[in-house]
Amino acid sequence: MQININGKVLFATLDGELDYHMAEKFRTQLDAAFEKSACRHILLDMSDVSFMDSSGIGMVIGRYKKAELRGGRLVLAGMSESLAKLYEMSGLSKIVSRAATNEAAISMLGGPLV
Amino acid sequence: MTNKVKFEFAAIPENAALARVVVAAFITPLDPSVGEISDIKTAVSEAVTNAIIHGYNGNGNGNETAVTISMHNVSRQIHIEVSDSGVGIENIASAMEPLFTTKPEMERSGLGFTVMESFMDTVEVTSRPNEGTTIKMVKQLAGER
Ligand SMILES: Nc1ncnc2c1ncn2[C@@H]1O[C@H](COP(=O)(O)OP(=O)(O)O)[C@@H](O)[C@H]1O
Ligand SMILES: [Mg+2]
Repeated sequence: MQININGKVLFATLDGELDYHMAEKFRTQLDAAFEKSACRHILLDMSDVSFMDSSGIGMVIGRYKKAELRGGRLVLAGMSESLAKLYEMSGLSKIVSRAATNEAAISMLGGPLV
Repeated sequence: MTNKVKFEFAAIPENAALARVVVAAFITPLDPSVGEISDIKTAVSEAVTNAIIHGYNGNGNGNETAVTISMHNVSRQIHIEVSDSGVGIENIASAMEPLFTTKPEMERSGLGFTVMESFMDTVEVTSRPNEGTTIKMVKQLAGER
């Protein structure tokens, strides 16, 4: 996983299979970086995530709550068809927005920040 | 063609990935669609993760615990059983309710059974407190492509 700070947005590129084992690893790293930063929003680039189950959903909802505590939002970008299916059926789509690309996600979060 | 496979592994989180790979390899000769493979892998991942973190409470070190997967096909119908010898489920009906979880502090979404039921044709749970849990799932693959 790679994490970059882009103004008020914590931008993380996830990869691999987002199951319970990996969700725990991502959670630890994301929380450490977010707490240390002054970011409000979290953008998760999912385009290299090849698998996700309900442990991944739990991890995403947990990070969404962290962003919400700072008055921010969480956006998922670049989900594959199978990830999108889980995103819809789990109801995650009702609380977390989704964007086709990272650029689209950044503009949903208030536009590019210099 | 009929085939069957049974395998057992230690109840550690890393092994959910291994279980998904074996199950996917088992069904691949039947030429399933990408969506069907993904549905079955997701359902298996849910059942295996539950065995590891609920059945064995995350204490599945090395030789003392085991999750067993046994699967077979009847033509294009896939049967998969995931069993553990863990703590068991007190009330199966409520455990299967969407959003129900006994481990909210672990960021569980309570959606494991909901995912299994929505991605497989049937899901049957048998469980006895202190004896263990078995999840039987069936999915019919669409006709030969
Ligand atoms: N193999 C198992 N052994 C013991 N309890 C289980 C097992 N599988 C599921 N459960 C119970 O059923 C509940 C719901 O499971 P699930 O829908 O997968 O949600 P989650 O895993 O997010 O808690 C779990 O919180 C747990 O109490
Ligand atoms: Mg579960």
